[in-house]
Amino acid sequence: MLTKRIIPCLDIKDGRVVKGVKFIALRDAGDPADNAVVYDREGADEIVFLDITASSEHRSTLIDAVERTADAVFMPLTVGGGINELEDIKTLLRAGADKVSINTQAVLNPDFVKQASYRFGAQCIVVAIDAKRIPGPANGGKSGTWEVYIYGGRKATGIDAVEWSQKMEHAGAGEILLTSIDRDGTKSGYDIELTAEITKRVGIPVIASGGAGNMEHFYEGFVRGGADACLAASLFHFRELSIKELKEYLHNKGVAIRLV
Amino acid sequence: MIVIVDYGMGNLRSVEKAIASIGASSLISNDPDAISKADKLVIPGVGAFGDCMNNIRAYGIEDAVKQFIAKGRPTIGICVGMQMLFEGGDENPGVKGLGLMKGSVKGFDHEQLAGKGLKIPHMGWNTVKQGKKSFLFEGIKDKSYFYFVHSYYPAPLDDITIGTTDYGIDFTSVVQKDNVVATQFHPEKSQKNGLRLLSNFINYRG
Repeated sequence: MLTKRIIPCLDIKDGRVVKGVKFIALRDAGDPADNAVVYDREGADEIVFLDITASSEHRSTLIDAVERTADAVFMPLTVGGGINELEDIKTLLRAGADKVSINTQAVLNPDFVKQASYRFGAQCIVVAIDAKRIPGPANGGKSGTWEVYIYGGRKATGIDAVEWSQKMEHAGAGEILLTSIDRDGTKSGYDIELTAEITKRVGIPVIASGGAGNMEHFYEGFVRGGADACLAASLFHFRELSIKELKEYLHNKGVAIRLV
Repeated sequence: MIVIVDYGMGNLRSVEKAIASIGASSLISNDPDAISKADKLVIPGVGAFGDCMNNIRAYGIEDAVKQFIAKGRPTIGICVGMQMLFEGGDENPGVKGLGLMKGSVKGFDHEQLAGKGLKIPHMGWNTVKQGKKSFLFEGIKDKSYFYFVHSYYPAPLDDITIGTTDYGIDFTSVVQKDNVVATQFHPEKSQKNGLRLLSNFINYRG
């Protein structure tokens, strides 16, 4: 039986690991490859690197981090952030990434995901969707709609997140990495309504992200949200929760989990 | 020398580093001569079946790979590298495979899987049920986890299936035909179990 995945995410700036709260206030905490080795030992099912380096001149530090990580751990590695051209994808895959996560460029260039999927295969193309809930009153009193944001959550696009996820599936995305901007960094739990809405509408795996604060939040993400994988960053990163402990908890609650 | 066949597809570095972590060295090559002279061959593969086959032909190494395997030399195919050993497949019906194993590569049935709440691609960690004894499974417990990412699976006509995996259906995830083995999962991405499986292949005296 296919198991649900637990994915630690490392935010990377200039080749070093950081974690922001609501995309601001970064805290430096170490070397990406060293962190990956710890997560590998603890039984993480995959690792995600999110590059938040602003300028492209520091891109080589990311490539170096990806190479060193891929040399040290033998598990799937997804790398996202700043992917604007097909050549960026090729470079990352060559460096040892298994999948790349595309966010802003997917919105700016409607054909990009299609081209990337065609060239490299859907299995390595993850589309990251940063979604923000549209408040009821601003939306004619209707709740349950979310807007896609780009540029690290800074720019609204006017695109409906649910429709966007379906569009990206058709364009050839192999997976959706769904982050709730409202919940990111709050530790108040995943946006279950958003996660459930999108897992219901697409036939590709969905990773829930943004808001995990305790073990129950993961359970909710899988069981009520229908997520195929749950991602968290600071929670694992600052050792508030160990992956091993989390996986045992989920296993005991009847979730299909790989124990190592 | 262990030769990793390079035909311009996918992540050869991972396979190379996984082999290095076991303490063996390997050569990534698209030279027919190096392939012919190899002690063991690794055929990786990601992407579409048709692209992989077209590339292996464009690189002029199809014959070298076929001859190596026909001679019964130890070979491991991984993911699409496994699928290519078969005659052809649903993904690109017009493109012939290497045809070294009888049978074709089928696509998961969307409707059948959707009815069971399963997504395509089959992506993540799943178990392999060991149907037959093999050197490849030495030291690996039955129903151990391996990492999968694929939408198609091989359907062999001969009795070469040694491992199966349940994803809506029981599909063939490991085959062995004498010295030639292949896995639908990625051993190089399957942590401890994957490295052990690769090590079993590397240390196999076929």
